Amino acid sequence: MMAFTTGAWAQTQSVIDSNLLAELDEVIIIGYGTSNAQDLTGSLVSVKAKAFQKGSFATPEQLIIGKTPGVRITSNGGMPGAGSRIRIRGGSSLNASNDPLVVIDGLPANGLGMLNPSDIESFTILKDASATAIYGSRAANGVILVTTKKGKAGGPLKVDLHVVNSTREVTKSLDVLSPSQFVDMINDRGTNTQINRLATASGYEKVNGSIVMSDSARSTDWQDEIYRTGSVQDINVAITGGIANLPYRLSMGYYHENGVLNRSDLKRYSLAINASPSFMDGRLTANVSGKVIKDDNFYANQGAIGTAIFFDPTRPVHSGDTSFGGYFEWLMPNGTPSTLSPKNPVGLIDTRNDIGGGLRSLGNVLFDFRPMGDDLHLFLNLGGEYSTRSGTIDVPAYAASNYINGGEANKYESHSYNRLLEAYMNNKVSLGALSMDITAGYSFQGWRNYSPSFANLSANGDTISPANPFPQDTENALMSFYGRVNGNIDNKYLLTATLRADGSSRFSKESRWGLFPSAALGWNVLQEDFMADQQVFSSLKLRTGWGITGQQDVYNDYGYVPNYSYGTLTAQYQFGNQWVNILRPDAYDYNLQWEKTATTNVALDFGFFKNRVNGSIDLYKKNTTDLLGVIPIPAGTNFSNRVLTNVGSMSNTGIEAMLNMVLIDNENTNWEMNLNASVNRNEITKLTMVPDTTHLGIQVGGIAGGVGNTIQIHAVGAPMYSFFSYRQLFDENGRPIERNGDISSYAGVVDTDGNGKIDIYEAYEDINGDGIINSSDLVLHDMTPEPRQIFGFSTNFSHKRWGMGMTWRGEFGQFVYNNVNSNHANYFEVGGSMRHLNNLTADYLNTGFKTQQYLSDYYIEEASYIRLDNLYLSYDIGNLFKDKYPARINASMQNVYTFTNYSGLDPEISGGIDNMMYPRPRIFNLQLNVSF
Amino acid sequence: MNWIKTTTLIAVAALTAASCAKQMDLKPKYGLNAETVYSDPNNYINVLAKLYAGLAISGNNGPAGQPDIGGIDEGFSQYVRVLWNLQELPTDEEICGWSDPGIPELNTMTWNDNSSFVSAMYYRIYYQIALANEFIRYCSDEWMTDKGFTDAEKSMIAGYLAEARYLRAMSYYHALDLFGNVPFVDESDRPGVYFPEQISRSNLFTWVESELNAIESGMMDARSAPYGRADQGALWALRAKLYLNAEVYTGNPKYDLAMADALSIINAGYTLETNYAYNFMADNHLSTEVIFPVTFDGDRTLTWGGSTFLVHSHIGGSMDQNDFGVNSGWQGNRATSAWYALFSDSADSREMVHLAGQEDTITDITTFTQGYPITKWTNMGRDGVAGADATFPDTDFPMFRLADYYLVYAECAERTGTNQAQGVAYFNMVRERAFGHASNNVATLNLQQILDERGRELYAEAQRRSDLIRYDQFTGGSYLWPWKGESQFGAPTSDHYNLYPLPSSDLIANPNLQQNEGY
Repeated sequence: MMAFTTGAWAQTQSVIDSNLLAELDEVIIIGYGTSNAQDLTGSLVSVKAKAFQKGSFATPEQLIIGKTPGVRITSNGGMPGAGSRIRIRGGSSLNASNDPLVVIDGLPANGLGMLNPSDIESFTILKDASATAIYGSRAANGVILVTTKKGKAGGPLKVDLHVVNSTREVTKSLDVLSPSQFVDMINDRGTNTQINRLATASGYEKVNGSIVMSDSARSTDWQDEIYRTGSVQDINVAITGGIANLPYRLSMGYYHENGVLNRSDLKRYSLAINASPSFMDGRLTANVSGKVIKDDNFYANQGAIGTAIFFDPTRPVHSGDTSFGGYFEWLMPNGTPSTLSPKNPVGLIDTRNDIGGGLRSLGNVLFDFRPMGDDLHLFLNLGGEYSTRSGTIDVPAYAASNYINGGEANKYESHSYNRLLEAYMNNKVSLGALSMDITAGYSFQGWRNYSPSFANLSANGDTISPANPFPQDTENALMSFYGRVNGNIDNKYLLTATLRADGSSRFSKESRWGLFPSAALGWNVLQEDFMADQQVFSSLKLRTGWGITGQQDVYNDYGYVPNYSYGTLTAQYQFGNQWVNILRPDAYDYNLQWEKTATTNVALDFGFFKNRVNGSIDLYKKNTTDLLGVIPIPAGTNFSNRVLTNVGSMSNTGIEAMLNMVLIDNENTNWEMNLNASVNRNEITKLTMVPDTTHLGIQVGGIAGGVGNTIQIHAVGAPMYSFFSYRQLFDENGRPIERNGDISSYAGVVDTDGNGKIDIYEAYEDINGDGIINSSDLVLHDMTPEPRQIFGFSTNFSHKRWGMGMTWRGEFGQFVYNNVNSNHANYFEVGGSMRHLNNLTADYLNTGFKTQQYLSDYYIEEASYIRLDNLYLSYDIGNLFKDKYPARINASMQNVYTFTNYSGLDPEISGGIDNMMYPRPRIFNLQLNVSF
Repeated sequence: MNWIKTTTLIAVAALTAASCAKQMDLKPKYGLNAETVYSDPNNYINVLAKLYAGLAISGNNGPAGQPDIGGIDEGFSQYVRVLWNLQELPTDEEICGWSDPGIPELNTMTWNDNSSFVSAMYYRIYYQIALANEFIRYCSDEWMTDKGFTDAEKSMIAGYLAEARYLRAMSYYHALDLFGNVPFVDESDRPGVYFPEQISRSNLFTWVESELNAIESGMMDARSAPYGRADQGALWALRAKLYLNAEVYTGNPKYDLAMADALSIINAGYTLETNYAYNFMADNHLSTEVIFPVTFDGDRTLTWGGSTFLVHSHIGGSMDQNDFGVNSGWQGNRATSAWYALFSDSADSREMVHLAGQEDTITDITTFTQGYPITKWTNMGRDGVAGADATFPDTDFPMFRLADYYLVYAECAERTGTNQAQGVAYFNMVRERAFGHASNNVATLNLQQILDERGRELYAEAQRRSDLIRYDQFTGGSYLWPWKGESQFGAPTSDHYNLYPLPSSDLIANPNLQQNEGY
């Protein structure tokens, strides 16, 4: 984040860079400063541009997927510009945010967003408390420091052009019943109504009470109909240079993605500038950093993704007439679209225009003033961020999807502001063998989120529901004092101590301030005399640290305020001939407080063979107390039944390991490998105010299908979001048994009560043996959506002008609830008394279920996988013109192949409930870099 | 020179810091806090409106958004909807085909303390009570004097206070009827972290009785309140229910007092609608029979519960939703054959069920075309015009209506052996309206006849469970209907199902609570 290089020490350890041999002298960006790698005591990883994934990216976090241990990055699917869920060391909150703090060039920002990936120089991920505690109340889930590329003082003017063209395709489609399987099923189980309805499809004739398919029978593959081959064009131009005392970099980017879902489209325009003018003979430097990112989107209707799975395969896309835009739709007897029936997937996409965009601008000026000598720095950091999003959604009145309301013409808009003022100093002091580096500072940051309310309108402008009387407009602020001392005795013994005091406007005066200390020790064992003669190690360092960090992002800026709020105009109440606006006291907890996470970290850094093999192992334990949870409170004591309050505690325990190897390193050839692995185990240790062993826990993980069904639980003694369901029983052939099924159709099931039917306790395991299956028979499974182990493997090989490399990663031991099958692989979903027929997923052929079995653990599947994430081949063309214009071309693939036993489309589902996300495409890139 | 600049820099930073300190006390920009709300007498009516709306809307956004209570789908949690479900689904009158958590066990009388609908009702009740307590706190004389309210303002607010206490008493009545022994909180308990004490069912009965007696004179005269608000008629109606079931609640019958309150209602000037169906239509605010409604409006009072639920949930099979003035059928609720058998005489205009394409026998609860969908709830007006919105009906829910109290009077007359001739006369008024003539009138009555008449008159109005319990026919084996006790033909059930359990979540949150027997 800062463009200064002092001899400051602090924290860190491993650096991934193609030039591994230089590692120990590497300058690492840390919180409020920089450090040499060898002086670090905390746990952090720095990933530099050379080690990034290769290809085309709309969002920056994808550059480092699989590159660092202890960091799980799960993209939110394949929608253009979709962000990712990032979890560092498991996540330490239940109801508060588990997102890490993101600091962009020294400005704590509202996430990574769509920052142009090609502007990024490095990511530094701070993991343990010694590294993060300087960020106090926002650091419990780790910190990501993003540093953008800068110019060099006195450097020559240089223009870099970077162009990527890519195509993207859907990797596979979900198995659903083919038209002939569909016909067989209806013939087998269908009612008269269903058979007659199927007979209305073209080429499906009813003969002797059954459906017969003719040669001309219509067949539509709906998944085929909604997907296409996507593309990306990514053009970046960067101008770097240094005019005397003014190093600068100016870059412009244009990114245009056609997503694989029809009509889905993103354009991102970006502008970034970094300049560091110096004044007063170099005693004052102003580091100016600014970024503007604009995005224009066509959000294709993702409702079509799910509908394409189960829309009737015997129906055509187009009906042949012009009603409802010409799309085939299920109709009521009066000829209007049937409300409860699914709508034509192609029509869903084609008739919904959701056009929106955003503008994000962020920047800061960091003044670095050295009043005397080089050891004392005074910093003033002034920064801010403003982003806005707005858009319109238009659905014509004729569209089946919103026929009831006569279409829609809606808009939305939001603004968020964030301003920062920071003043801090840094001083280097030497006392004989002891040298110290002291940092102390103050910061204030304020946020505001504002979004006006709009009426919902029909396509012709009629009001469907009026605008709320008030906009959403909330603010919060954070005031902080912080300090750090780094001590170094003879380069042997390293000490880091930090302290931060944070005051948050989100809490009452009495509980507003929190103190976040940390301390860490490092021991460079090789510096000891007794190691002087050994030849094995080229570096060896032991580190241990402890600290407390906090979490105050509770999604509610006024959780402690006894607030009254007005209802909307659609929530008025009739008194006589008048409708009166309602005014409601909101639930609150005046004593709401920070979550506190105490982290202990023990680590070993090592290097052999002149550090050609180096790595580190970290062990950690994080204990979160005063865990913020939304829990049931005694009835009648507050203005809701559940209140966000500090209630529980939780732990995360884990191991992280990383190994870098340079296998070949000579004039012509270089071959490197990086391996990383991590294990994390989460456990909730307390969840109620009053200790109670009978308390099951808090059921979470709402699923699609029915209302109020959940499949996960937060329970004491188990990891958060553990799966919680009935235990399915199977017959001798491994077929799941269904309640009310015909007992003779299941192999080896004994009819104990002689009624010929499967009783419920013959379908699900009756845990307490009381003969009925109810919530007491739900099983807390040792299965969670979070992997037990995460692995990453990267290798880069270069020979003369050729280069190649790949990135593999794997996640093991996580589970996913296949909500697609639980919802769409049973005969009930065909639609008995409805006015449509639905197709089923092919899993129906395995189960033959008649009705939904939502809470069966049959649908909880292991979702371990290994993915070849990235593969590239590059060639250095050399100078295009005499001794000018060096160029390089690069061909790469992303999301190359996935090995998994998971039966759904993609095992990588954040949250562990699979409901058909926008598929992650396979991507082919061709890239050209030229410098002028 | 440099030091001067440094000092200036630090000074500027420090000054900016100081100015920032003030920015730490941030308050919501819209809405108010308790202090500011109750400093202006004009705000009281808005909070009072919320107390009433708590019966109709599930949160601060209609139909959904900013829910009042959590842990269950917001629409499911709406007061009238959960009350209706708890009073109807376990009885012969209704069975619901949805398999959403909480519903199957209501159909079959097999619920336990984790049932989501049971806890939704419980928390709805206590949400209303907590709201009322807060409002009542700020209606004290000391507060109003302190804020300098005028005498006129004070007297206006005193009227609101009586209504707030009435609404609180009504919710406590529901707690008494459904849950029995429950936690007790009143206006002396401020919001915060504490554990309310449990009150016994009989002590809660006494409290509700004395509370209603205390506010009686402060309520508006019967039939004088603006539509939607409670007056003395509503008070008598509630108190009559309290006394009618006193024997169930306390072991001591108070049928004489119930009869007195029923008579007060009968003499207050309410009249039976000539057409039974008018009480359940989009324009039922015109009904001369309704004593206290929970109001809904397609434009201004939107919910996924209430009459939205009552109308949509009964539509399915071969029914045409357009006949009901709505745009969809939810294919949920039907009556059982046991209830339908009460209609032996097809001339009864109250027999409002859909028969085409329906089977009598329910072999599978989830199949809508088995059983008898009730058609009395509709979004059509008596003039044949549908309500303002096809999703959210205008239809109001009559919490209490006159016909009920004719039958209450008749029942009390039978049970006490007093004024029986008058009781028969009132009973016959209900019959005459149903048949349009007097030829189906009765000369004498027995209790079973009255219960059956209540089933024909008040079905699907959230009365049935309490009535069956009073006649000792809800649990046990004296009366069986399809799927009672998880059996297609009905099976005896344990008596502990006469009370719902306190939700396990509150037993965990509040160590002062003891669970009801049998759970």
